[in-house]
Amino acid sequence: MSTLSFPILTVAIFLPLLGAAVVVLLPQGRASLVRPVGLAFAVAELAVAGTIVAEFKAHDAGFQFVSQHAWLGQFGIGWKVGVDGISLFLVAMTAVLFPVAMYGPKLVGDAKSFMGWMLLLEAALIGTFLAMDLFLFFVLFEVTLVPGYFLIAGWGGFRRNYAAMKFFIYTFAGSAFLFVGILALVFLVAPLNGGRETFDLITLARYASHLPTSDQELIFAAMAVAFAVKMPVVPFHTWMPDAYTEAPTAGSMILAGLLFKLGTYGILRFGVYLLPKAAIDLAPVLLTLGAVGIVYGCIVAAVQKDLKRLVAYGSVADVGFIVLGVFAFTSQGISGSVFEMVNHGLTTGALFFLVGMLLDRRGTLRISELGGIQKSAPILAGVFIVVVMAAVGLPGLNGFVGEFLVLVGTFITHRWWAVVGTSGVILSAVYLLWAYQRVFQGRATGANEHVIDMTWREKAAIAPLIVGIVFLGVYPKPLLDRVTPAVSNLVAHVQYADPGFHIPSKGVGTVYAVPADQNVNGGQQTPTGVQTAAVTPGTGGTP
Amino acid sequence: MIGLLSHTLVGQTVQAPATGCQVTPGKVTGLCQAFNSLHIPVEYRTILPLLVLSIGALVLLVISAVLPKRSRPGLYPLLTVIISGLAAGASVFQWIDVGNHAATKAIGNQIFYDRFSVLFMLLISVATLFGALLSDSYLQREGLDGVEAYVLMLLASTGAMLMAASAGTIMLFLGLEIMSIALYVMTAYHRRRAASGEGGLKYFILGSFSSAIFLYGAALAYGATGTTQFDEMSVFLARTTLPNDGILLGGMALLIVGLGFKVAAVPFHFWSPDVYEAAPTPFTGYMAAVAKAAGFAGLFRVLLEGFHSQEANWRPAIWLIAVLTLLVGSVLAIAQRDLKRMMAYSSISQAGYVLIGLQSASSQGTAGALFYLLTYTFIIAGTFAVIGLVQGEGEARNDLGAIRGLGRRRPGLALVMLLFLLAQAGVPFTSGFLAKFYVIAAAVNRGQYALAIIGMLAAAIAAFFYLRVGLLMYSSPEVDETKEPTDGAALAGLRPIPGFDTPREPALSQGPGAVAASSDGDGAVALLAPPEGRVEIPFTVGITLAVCAAFTIFAGVSSPVLDFAKHATTYF
Repeated sequence: MSTLSFPILTVAIFLPLLGAAVVVLLPQGRASLVRPVGLAFAVAELAVAGTIVAEFKAHDAGFQFVSQHAWLGQFGIGWKVGVDGISLFLVAMTAVLFPVAMYGPKLVGDAKSFMGWMLLLEAALIGTFLAMDLFLFFVLFEVTLVPGYFLIAGWGGFRRNYAAMKFFIYTFAGSAFLFVGILALVFLVAPLNGGRETFDLITLARYASHLPTSDQELIFAAMAVAFAVKMPVVPFHTWMPDAYTEAPTAGSMILAGLLFKLGTYGILRFGVYLLPKAAIDLAPVLLTLGAVGIVYGCIVAAVQKDLKRLVAYGSVADVGFIVLGVFAFTSQGISGSVFEMVNHGLTTGALFFLVGMLLDRRGTLRISELGGIQKSAPILAGVFIVVVMAAVGLPGLNGFVGEFLVLVGTFITHRWWAVVGTSGVILSAVYLLWAYQRVFQGRATGANEHVIDMTWREKAAIAPLIVGIVFLGVYPKPLLDRVTPAVSNLVAHVQYADPGFHIPSKGVGTVYAVPADQNVNGGQQTPTGVQTAAVTPGTGGTP
Repeated sequence: MIGLLSHTLVGQTVQAPATGCQVTPGKVTGLCQAFNSLHIPVEYRTILPLLVLSIGALVLLVISAVLPKRSRPGLYPLLTVIISGLAAGASVFQWIDVGNHAATKAIGNQIFYDRFSVLFMLLISVATLFGALLSDSYLQREGLDGVEAYVLMLLASTGAMLMAASAGTIMLFLGLEIMSIALYVMTAYHRRRAASGEGGLKYFILGSFSSAIFLYGAALAYGATGTTQFDEMSVFLARTTLPNDGILLGGMALLIVGLGFKVAAVPFHFWSPDVYEAAPTPFTGYMAAVAKAAGFAGLFRVLLEGFHSQEANWRPAIWLIAVLTLLVGSVLAIAQRDLKRMMAYSSISQAGYVLIGLQSASSQGTAGALFYLLTYTFIIAGTFAVIGLVQGEGEARNDLGAIRGLGRRRPGLALVMLLFLLAQAGVPFTSGFLAKFYVIAAAVNRGQYALAIIGMLAAAIAAFFYLRVGLLMYSSPEVDETKEPTDGAALAGLRPIPGFDTPREPALSQGPGAVAASSDGDGAVALLAPPEGRVEIPFTVGITLAVCAAFTIFAGVSSPVLDFAKHATTYF
């Protein structure tokens, strides 16, 4: 299926790793080379990601550029990577956000290890999004914690040790359940697969739905705990405001923009795809957590005294939207969720960047000590309001498209949850605009009178994010064209697993409706008996 | 186990013993038979590594008697390295030899000659090699140079090998004693440290006590089954239904206690922190690898061979011991402010994972446990090598503060230490992760979900103190992390936690070099300044570190080591 003759996805994973090694091995005397070299690798990675997006076949629902190698023979663990519509833009966004985070924010402290950890994190993140082997996924999922930990602990704020430790332990403990869940799935599926253990996503998906429902539900619940901690949805979120607030600006951008996507991506790719029946059964729980998260996140954000914490709590609300969309199990809802993941990476990345600029200039982020900054720093204020509007969901900017799709998708199947979720649109406007008003408007006093405006470096760094925000808001079609086939495929897969589950009105939002004869499940027959040429994950194998 | 059954003495019971031992037909013990036949064939190749080590120990003694005292400082460690290298070579030869022929019993049926025992011979040889390499610079620094340390080490390894190869409780006990007595002396080896003598005495008293318990258990097991041989026990128990199995269960329980003491499983672990702290650092690392491995070899032999059919009885007991070991080890390690004590609790917690493998009672679990022990040997040797370097002369600084700022003083050393810490925490792409993966997988495969989840959560708890050490290495010496009055620092663990483990006030807090530790009362570790001066890395330690680090990564990303461990379970 791949049109490229070399394994571009493997290259995409190893290139930043190579960069990290090169940066760390640079001689002590060449300190000035560290940043340019690190950045060069991040930009090269961006080029690789660009190639992947360009070569990606738009209307293909399956995995592309799949490359597969045996790794640890024992349990059928393989190195298998592939990209489909759901992961494509997460990879692209990772590649965009890293150079921005490495170039933009002011860097204090040891540049060498900072660049090293950042590139290591980039490699692990890209790998996690591309993994098609559950072992590989878990391993990379865990590895992201180490650079994350050291980025917070090494370059963070005042309570960095506490925040870093909390971040690591919470997610590590959550992964315990994921780990056991994955192993249980593998060993329970093995007898169905002729006694061979495998961690291959496609093979597992083929057999997992034949497991007893109670087993499926337990495994799904175990996975959901891990991903819920990572996302984080409400009762598991307490590590998150600390981690995001204490992390250095670049760290917050990456943590909030990308790292937490692992949770939402994981539940979509592994939870819903592998165990659709259990996902449907447990959907009400997660939908409720999502809806509660939206309202809770907005309200708590509104009363924060610290601007960075405010943005952090805003993320809880955004996660709520994504969860709502995923567990609506409609094509629109899931497409909207994927869109929201990309959006959130752009807007939250930009917001943390802007907040970091304020912190550099004013030395504090207490909202009560800020005010009237738009007079002395008009460009900063202008960019800030654009990003805020995107986060609020103003039509014409990217946030609107994602939230609209999510709410439409949810409304079709779960009306009342959608109603609660919609209140988040209003509430997010409340806390963000109110914050903007208090920080940028009004009369400037004291140090607020002389805030330096954005420098050229900062403008250049944030430009790609702003372009993305506007472009996706005005013309989301290129993204949706690539996301929707994969999503439709997933929805059909869910429906196939549980024929009782029915989407009430396929008419709504016809543009993204599920194709009726969508083939599912690796060439097996659909419930209606229609058999078509399989363009599915099942046959998206090695070229 | 099926394979084992085919090797049993069924055929041999037919030959009635000539004279001497009182036996009833069908209940011939291997030991009796050995006594009865005047000519016991000794298959030397089956105990080759063991012979190399014990003869090597004698050679060392003779050389030291002939040569003038302190003639060549590096001679004894060099010889020890050569001897253990030869033993490792001999184990490799054995590995191939067992592969070509079937696994057998040898020397009056007292020795199992199978890949399980050969794996341990190799492991112990390698651990001895590291022990000798690390001891050299340490003993020279402490002015303890002499042949005795190396002789004791070789003898301890001999005992450990005997334990791994034992085919019955008698041989197991012999090995246990040979190893333990050498280890007691090694613990007390540092003449000028009062703690060292104290720890040695403690170890000796508690150790003898546990040996007695083990022996009592062996006697009860003999009473219940009429044999001391594991394979005969297994056959007997498979064939016979005991109307009253009280004696059997009692014997089994006491055997578990006796061996549980050697591997420092909770609740038989109380000696371990004291002894780890007391023993000279390279010996601590050696002990953590060898004594644990040998103890586990014994446990596997007893439970998986002798009492295989009693699985339903011992698995719940091991379940409980494993859970306690995992949780107590990792929680109490957090409260430690002495590096060596912390590592003692850490190694208790690590033993919990091997117990998970044992609890699975499957060849997968055994393979996982063997892999765990194998990789842990390298990790622990490396960790104690670094601790030995940073503690300074006379083990002046064993507190966590000693490692503070190492990242700035010796970046390479700190990086290697970080690797070992992450490996112990179970971070992917290190051998520690795969080791945990395999034992947890074995548990899940047997449906032990609760145990698997507890094991992983214990890893999350343990990650806390491993990372804290990692963090200390990279925090700058000047910055005082505990300034902040809020909960932050306390949770980050940089503040001592009162109530646990009486703090050992460093002696220097009275001297002129005392750092103003009193600002918050109780001599917080984080307030102690890091040691001054450059940490010198002797060549021998550098080699050890490089090998250990390379192995930790190699075993973490590829499967040959696991295949190796997996082949060692074929006898089961």
